[in-house]
Amino acid sequence: MTASLIVLDPGLFSTLQDLGRWGYLRFGVSNSGAMDTVSLRVANMLVGNDPGEAAIEFTAAGGTYEVAASACRIAIAGGNFPVTIDGKAATPYSSHTLCRGNRLVIGCSTSGMRGYLAVAGGFEVAPMLGSLSTHVRFGIGGLDGNALRRGSRIPLRNDDVDPGGDLCMDPSMMPSAGGSLRVVLGPQDDYFTQKGIETFLSSPYTVTDQCDRMGYRLEGPKIEHAGDSNIVSDGIAAGSVQVPGNRLPIVLMADRQTTGGYPKIATVITADLHRLAQKGPGDVVRFEAVSVEEAENEYLRLLSRLDEIAASLEPADPDAPNTSLLLTANLIGGVC
Amino acid sequence: MAVNEKANSRLYTQPRFLQVGDSAVTIELGNAVDIRANEAVAALEERIQQESIEGVMATIPTYRSLQVVYDPSRIRSKTLVARLSGLLPEDSRGSTRHRRWLFPVCYGGEHGMDLAFLATAHDLSEEDVIQIHSGAEYRVYMIGFAPGFAYLGGLPKALHTPRRDSPRTLTPARSVSLGGIQAAISTMPVPSGWHMLGQTPVRTFDLGRRETFLLQTGDRVRFRPISHGEYERLDAMAEKGDLVAEYEMIE
Repeated sequence: MTASLIVLDPGLFSTLQDLGRWGYLRFGVSNSGAMDTVSLRVANMLVGNDPGEAAIEFTAAGGTYEVAASACRIAIAGGNFPVTIDGKAATPYSSHTLCRGNRLVIGCSTSGMRGYLAVAGGFEVAPMLGSLSTHVRFGIGGLDGNALRRGSRIPLRNDDVDPGGDLCMDPSMMPSAGGSLRVVLGPQDDYFTQKGIETFLSSPYTVTDQCDRMGYRLEGPKIEHAGDSNIVSDGIAAGSVQVPGNRLPIVLMADRQTTGGYPKIATVITADLHRLAQKGPGDVVRFEAVSVEEAENEYLRLLSRLDEIAASLEPADPDAPNTSLLLTANLIGGVC
Repeated sequence: MAVNEKANSRLYTQPRFLQVGDSAVTIELGNAVDIRANEAVAALEERIQQESIEGVMATIPTYRSLQVVYDPSRIRSKTLVARLSGLLPEDSRGSTRHRRWLFPVCYGGEHGMDLAFLATAHDLSEEDVIQIHSGAEYRVYMIGFAPGFAYLGGLPKALHTPRRDSPRTLTPARSVSLGGIQAAISTMPVPSGWHMLGQTPVRTFDLGRRETFLLQTGDRVRFRPISHGEYERLDAMAEKGDLVAEYEMIE
């Protein structure tokens, strides 16, 4: 029997996501990929994977999974989701080794919208157009282009894990999820009046229940166009804030259309996209303008923080027998 | 799919560089749906691809602009814009060879539910509409909106039609449609406010095929009317992986 993770309950909306599918934007295929790439990377680090390995991205409620492998190391990062393994609460920001038949239950988030479940070694799923990322509306990636379903079996690359390899980190090292969302004005800020730009930068906007992987529709003070609210369609980047004729902003996210005909007043900086991805209906966001140089610096700062986290990882159980000792003692397979 | 169709189409003498956050730069070469701007976009994209600039992740060609997507940890905007400025073509013609496609289309009926409406709207017979639409040659201006969805320029004036007031939530896969001054070929069911003329059995997007996408910016397309029976036959062949379209190289 192939080693796999069985989906007993897929939660609200769970998909496989990695760092995205680049290079097909010119053919109308969105990059997709994790909405919160910071949490994806951290979950992967905790199980010893490459940071961009595909993981399960879940939304608001995580679901229930059963291990159908000799052993499987998992880690979860993202919003605050209560997690139990066979009924016992699992320490957050740590990886855990599960044995065959163990049940992992990820409950409803108490804060944050999205979480990532990474498995050591990753999933044995064939990429589509170079990536495992799922775009459900286009039927691309993941398990045959679909979200996880009850009864789905996701093949695991590894049937077993090195014992004693669980890692943990100091949760306070996670980049902050709060504060305003920084934006670079443009590419079509000249389609708005000065008053419109001031409204956008000085007002609170509330996330509506139309917030998904394609985009976040926001509710708040209307943003004044200078004239036309249509442009000749052009490319749309992740984080671009388009303002259609109803004068309310929509922030476009991972599964957005690649091109569009509404003017874009500003673009959320790469370093802050993970923070928006954790917002849900009713949450309030504010925007703050920065220069492109500041935005680029912030992204580099975020990447060095991730490097610091990687360097800080420690064994989750310092008393656990050392792997190399176990190897010598030939105990592998009997550890669980 | 909203497009502002300006009457005074124009190619800028000096291209505009628009910063798109810290992950993309859009080079705007004109302000309208215009063949010269679109040719310049295709030529610029070709030069950027040949240059293979470190940190450039992707390009998105559209009617009159090219978006260059970059990884801010590998290249910074300032450096990128300087590199791109040096690539702006003096001659807007690229050297890439494009294809002239001939796509079979079954017009009207279940395949094109708006054919009758279009005939009435233009005071033409359905036959006239088919003849006018299939008598023209179209240029692929851009692929966007959905995987492989092709926006075509070159729709004869006699068929220019405002979009529907109320867009349909889903339209059939592989629809051949028109909206405003443009035509299109879809690949999968999508919402649309355009008018459905017919359906082609050609899979312009097929994940199971080595050449996943058939069309790209700069290709030309002509249409050949076929009967419902012919459509059924070709559709079955296409389902098995047959191209069912013909093409020749141009330029």
